[in-house]
Amino acid sequence: MGIIIRKMRHEFLLYSKEILKHFKRPKNVGKIKDPSGIGIAGNILCGDVMHLYLKIKNDRIVDAKFETFGCIVAVANSSMVTEMIKGKSLSEALKISKEDLLKKIGQPLPPIKIHCSILATDALYEALYDYYVKSKLPIPKKLEKEHKRIRRTLETIEKRYKEFIKLEKEVLK
Amino acid sequence: MMKVYMDYAATTPVDPRVVKVMQTFFSEKFGNTMSLHRWGREAKQALEESRESIAKLMNAKPTEIIFASSATEANNQALKGIAFANRKKGKHILISSIEHHCVLESANWLEQEGFKVTRLPVDEYGIVHPESVEKSIRPDTILVSIIHANNEIGTIEPIAEIGKICRERGVYFHTDAAQSYGKIPIDVERMNVDLLTASSHKMYGPKGAAALYVREGVNLEPLLHGGGHEFGLRSSTVNVTSIVGFAEAVKLCKKEMKKESKRLTKLRDRLIQCTLQIKDSHLNGHPKKRLPNNANFWFAFIEGESLVMDLDAHGIAASTGSACSTEKLEPSHVLLAIGLKPHEAHGSLRLSLGRWTTRKEVNYVLEVLPRSVKRLRKISPYKGKWE
Repeated sequence: MGIIIRKMRHEFLLYSKEILKHFKRPKNVGKIKDPSGIGIAGNILCGDVMHLYLKIKNDRIVDAKFETFGCIVAVANSSMVTEMIKGKSLSEALKISKEDLLKKIGQPLPPIKIHCSILATDALYEALYDYYVKSKLPIPKKLEKEHKRIRRTLETIEKRYKEFIKLEKEVLK
Repeated sequence: MMKVYMDYAATTPVDPRVVKVMQTFFSEKFGNTMSLHRWGREAKQALEESRESIAKLMNAKPTEIIFASSATEANNQALKGIAFANRKKGKHILISSIEHHCVLESANWLEQEGFKVTRLPVDEYGIVHPESVEKSIRPDTILVSIIHANNEIGTIEPIAEIGKICRERGVYFHTDAAQSYGKIPIDVERMNVDLLTASSHKMYGPKGAAALYVREGVNLEPLLHGGGHEFGLRSSTVNVTSIVGFAEAVKLCKKEMKKESKRLTKLRDRLIQCTLQIKDSHLNGHPKKRLPNNANFWFAFIEGESLVMDLDAHGIAASTGSACSTEKLEPSHVLLAIGLKPHEAHGSLRLSLGRWTTRKEVNYVLEVLPRSVKRLRKISPYKGKWE
């Protein structure tokens, strides 16, 4: 019981120019016809879902588009990630991490908003994974690892919500 | 760009007429109400006059009003104060599932301390049915606390009926009227309540003042111990400046209530009617039994925080019950309690009107809102269905 004060937590929501810019005028919104890979990340129960569509030619991402249901950071990060990966080779794209995205935002996000950046890179990993599977290419180790982590997280969320809804029903009985 | 504040349920600006009355209490009439000298007596007199005005607007006696610093404090005082003073009689507390966080969390804390809490369900409009209260009262129930008008969806609860049941069963009854006091008529006698919370900053008074009505004869344990202010129930040097402002705001609300509530109801209904023309939009709460200034919707396929930020970019202030704006990443408990699925609750928007809301402002919102919804739906992966 009780709360121990450790340090001041800064959770003041001031969005950086970069976030506002991409939220107001997101780049690359929409679907791609016959995409080489599709990545879906997030969960509708938590309020963040991103669909990422990739067109890949000669091991290079030639086009990327997205559709996102989510908050301002989720939408902005979706747009930012599509801009970052366009024209990149697959191995370059695979190296992009949430830290790169956070750096690009140019301002620390409050802890509660970090998951919105993870959403965008997770969609990227999932889209690349989908491409490797569809093209029957050997899947890079890192990608395999990320894919497993993403699946695990989703399962946890779904389980948590199943319990939550069960609990709710019991309360309402 | 037009700037439109439509978040009056979060907080209201202080009416300039209130500011004017408060001004002399900062550096001229600054006395401590406990002092014997003229400075003290002057402050004490202002305090007691304020108490009288605030009591009058709920048909209570001035001696039944205890001042607090916020509605959160008053609600904490009501729940914890009743629980600890009456724990020998019983340990069971009854609340609704759509209480404000300060009531919910007080109840959760009391549960940790060994009290038993029942959280009553509501119907699809957010109404607590008196029969369910009747059924849930046990021999060891010491307190029932039901919100008067919900802060999110604006639903007004059948407080008088619930109060009647509590009275018959000999159980204390508290209602949180932070959103309703000053906006709709309140009468502690007619409503059969033993405790009632009222807030200043929701009705054009300053922040830092709230009132807890405690019926004569109710046994309450204080939270703050010290110099014995507020009949020994709330020790602390009295914030006379804010309380004087609260009382002035009460006088204005009382004078203007009938006309203002009619005016706002008309604006609210226009806002609701026109917004529901947007495809896949829904009203949250009861169409009629709701606060005159509250409109709450959910829009399918979009997320509420994005919508709030898009409206903000157009100069409009609103709020949402989406998960993204909370610590736990879970959507509003109120929206879940009225039966919304989490993904539906994520798309909620509250617009709350007030004293300075004009028809022109409502029209501006009606012009911007459909465009914002359309833009976000274009970005969303869900096109007309959730798959």
